[in-house]
Amino acid sequence: MILKTVLIRYYAILREQRGIEDETLLTDAATPAALYEELRARHGFTLTGDRVRAALNDEFAQSDAPLRNGDRIAFLPPMAGG
Amino acid sequence: MFTISATPIDTAAFLDELRRGRAGACVTFEGWVRDLNEGRPVTALEYEAHAPLAEKEGNRIVSEAMEKFGALAVVGVHRTGSLVVGDLAVWIGVVAQHRSAAFDACRYVIDESKGRLPIWKRERYLDGSSEWINCAARGGHAAAGH
Repeated sequence: MILKTVLIRYYAILREQRGIEDETLLTDAATPAALYEELRARHGFTLTGDRVRAALNDEFAQSDAPLRNGDRIAFLPPMAGG
Repeated sequence: MFTISATPIDTAAFLDELRRGRAGACVTFEGWVRDLNEGRPVTALEYEAHAPLAEKEGNRIVSEAMEKFGALAVVGVHRTGSLVVGDLAVWIGVVAQHRSAAFDACRYVIDESKGRLPIWKRERYLDGSSEWINCAARGGHAAAGH
């Protein structure tokens, strides 16, 4: 278990359900998917993990990418541009 | 070039960026806020974006369109913020030597943009309710597009 500090940014429905747009968190989650499950359990997000993509440091990331200390992670709900 | 804009889109300025001596065809697409989505009367909507990532991904789509169809130049702009019915939400402009490539490339850019750009839409309805499109808790279905 490796603790790391990450800066989390929420968008759209996740931002509303969390009630804030970003936060800094100390976590032992190893991947974006694990971190999302941790946050979903804590905050009751309605979107399941399979419908949320992650971006690490302003680039799309795999849900099983390694999370590193100091990463900026954004959780992206299903997209709806256009 | 693909841009996220928090202010109204100046289409004339973007059109000027497309001018090329070699261009014989210019196709533009405008996506407007419609007053109806899936049978529900819409009064307004808000777009939110992960702007740096949306611009990065938008520029990848632009490069693909130029490569696949031989377009000479492509510009895309997507709004964020509060919009009302009739407002311009997205503008795509493409120039190519001939019309076929310009039409195809323009279609490609708007089609790809809908599924790939980290942009979200909250619709507000006549009855006072509102909803994030594609984010229903169970089996949310794709929103009808422009």
